[in-house]
Amino acid sequence: MSTSVTASPAKSAAPGLRTPRKKHTPGKPKRNVLLTVLMALMVLYTVVPLIWLIINSTKTQAGLADSNGLWFAHDFALWDNVRDTFTYHDGIFGRWLLNTLLYVGLGAGGATLLAVLGGYALAKFQFPGRRAVFAVVIGAVAVPGTALAVPTFLMFSKMGLTDTPSAVIIPSLVSPFGLYLMWVFAAEAIPTELLEAARMDGASEVRTFFQVALPLLAPGIVTVLLFTTVATWNNYFLPLIMLKDPDWYPLTLGLSAWSSQAQTIGGDVIFNLVITGSLLTILPLIAAFLFLQKHWQSGLAAGSVKE
Amino acid sequence: MTTLQPPVAAEPRPAPPPAKRDRRSWTGWGFLGPFVAVFALVFLAPIVYSIYLSLFRNQLIGGNQFVGLDNYTRALQDDAFWGAVGRVALFLAVQVPLMLGIALLVALALDSGRLYGKSFFRITIFLPYAVPAVVATLMWGFMYGTKYGLVGDINSAFGVTLPDLLSPGWVLASIGNIVTWEFVGYNMLIFYSALRVVPTSLYEAAEIDGAGQWRIIRSIKLPAIRGAIVIATIFSIIGSFQLFNEPSILRPLALNSITTDFTPNFYTYSLSFNGQQHNYSATVAIIMGVITMIVAYAVQLRGMRKEA
Repeated sequence: MSTSVTASPAKSAAPGLRTPRKKHTPGKPKRNVLLTVLMALMVLYTVVPLIWLIINSTKTQAGLADSNGLWFAHDFALWDNVRDTFTYHDGIFGRWLLNTLLYVGLGAGGATLLAVLGGYALAKFQFPGRRAVFAVVIGAVAVPGTALAVPTFLMFSKMGLTDTPSAVIIPSLVSPFGLYLMWVFAAEAIPTELLEAARMDGASEVRTFFQVALPLLAPGIVTVLLFTTVATWNNYFLPLIMLKDPDWYPLTLGLSAWSSQAQTIGGDVIFNLVITGSLLTILPLIAAFLFLQKHWQSGLAAGSVKE
Repeated sequence: MTTLQPPVAAEPRPAPPPAKRDRRSWTGWGFLGPFVAVFALVFLAPIVYSIYLSLFRNQLIGGNQFVGLDNYTRALQDDAFWGAVGRVALFLAVQVPLMLGIALLVALALDSGRLYGKSFFRITIFLPYAVPAVVATLMWGFMYGTKYGLVGDINSAFGVTLPDLLSPGWVLASIGNIVTWEFVGYNMLIFYSALRVVPTSLYEAAEIDGAGQWRIIRSIKLPAIRGAIVIATIFSIIGSFQLFNEPSILRPLALNSITTDFTPNFYTYSLSFNGQQHNYSATVAIIMGVITMIVAYAVQLRGMRKEA
């Protein structure tokens, strides 16, 4: 997973958004071996658990117990493990994968859409209550999200939404972080004159948004989509409290259920499937990050955290 | 610590006012409306509902009864609650500076232009952010174990006995390591993105004036990214106070070390879902929310004041 990355150019500033960093002419900094070695240690810390995961997903339950954690066992059982992961318990893992895709598709997709629309409005319109919205959104998110989970559960339970996919999807629709990113991004990426010109030509607000604003927002949208996808794909606490029926579990909840079933009396010990399932769970996201890195990094650099 | 929190500290620079701002129009609400509607349902309504719940007690006889601030009095005298708060405070005091310090060093190293293979380092160190807390905790949990884990391997390979990382004395540090692993790259990226937008002409001017690298870092780079540092600190504080996923997933492997009141969030969860004490659980959640807001606000004030 590492080799494909090295080739990509370090391109951080979104083209056209700010003047490119000028080349540092007086004495380009010398590359430093010591610094590189220190960073390599940091990378080691980062990848050792991932390597451990890859190596151990090739082992059987027995092999896990009696082999060294950082080297392969004599039997190579990766493909058996993958097959067993998907067939165990009538193929529930596949069901969890589909659930996760559903939650990500509707939750993260919807969150991105709402954030793009809202961020655009905050950046490009003056309207009554604009400051108040900022204050309320920022104030409310300082309340720890998990502290809201229990009252949200009780509320949703009264509305008959718990134990259904909507209980997971609806709360995922709001990404204050996404709204903030889009707000800052839209403020920089869309010249107000362009909007004025479109309006002068008689374009409706909706048409102006889709034909003028949206294309300019693309790098920001990719960034927000990626971050809301990670948040939804990795979500654990919300489905944990909202869902009882394993048929509606996302991958994260399913994996933790598999892991803790070893502790129950008479429970099947399937750590090999937990490990292989974990690997299968992280691969899509890591792939998405690597393939889209140029886009999301430029979206992030366009002022998201600039003062 | 699974969901992204928005930056609480810095208000985005307000958009330049439209060229012709004769009258304020309501058009913006058409775009913002959908967000605000869902936000009201999943953020505001639960807060209000939670305050309402905290004023009642559900009794076997008599049903739901208004008890005023009784639940709050109870929480303020609850040793289990304060024990949990103390634990996350200790966690916060050690883990957050360590994680942000490492992230800052990595970001400065990346920005220095003195590294071989810079983009490889940047993306690799960021990768754990894509790993769900569940998977990260399961991986590290296995590795900590003496049975399948690396600790066991090290013990048998070198004939040593490392401390049991899942024992009560070590488990908080073990969780700290998991959280650091998950989020160091994320914070590094925040710092790095902020560093990238510092105009290089400042560095050139400083160099002409004879400033060394350390001087440039101390006098230009760090002040320039102060806002990002404040934001990252506030994220991390909120994250620490919310700590739930890692201890709850690690618990089956460390039953004796991680109690159901290990963190305030774990405590509210247990109260609600194992104890059916919804009203008291809501109270604890509110108090924790208030504590978090106060600390986050204090950090923000301090961070911003220094800037002036």
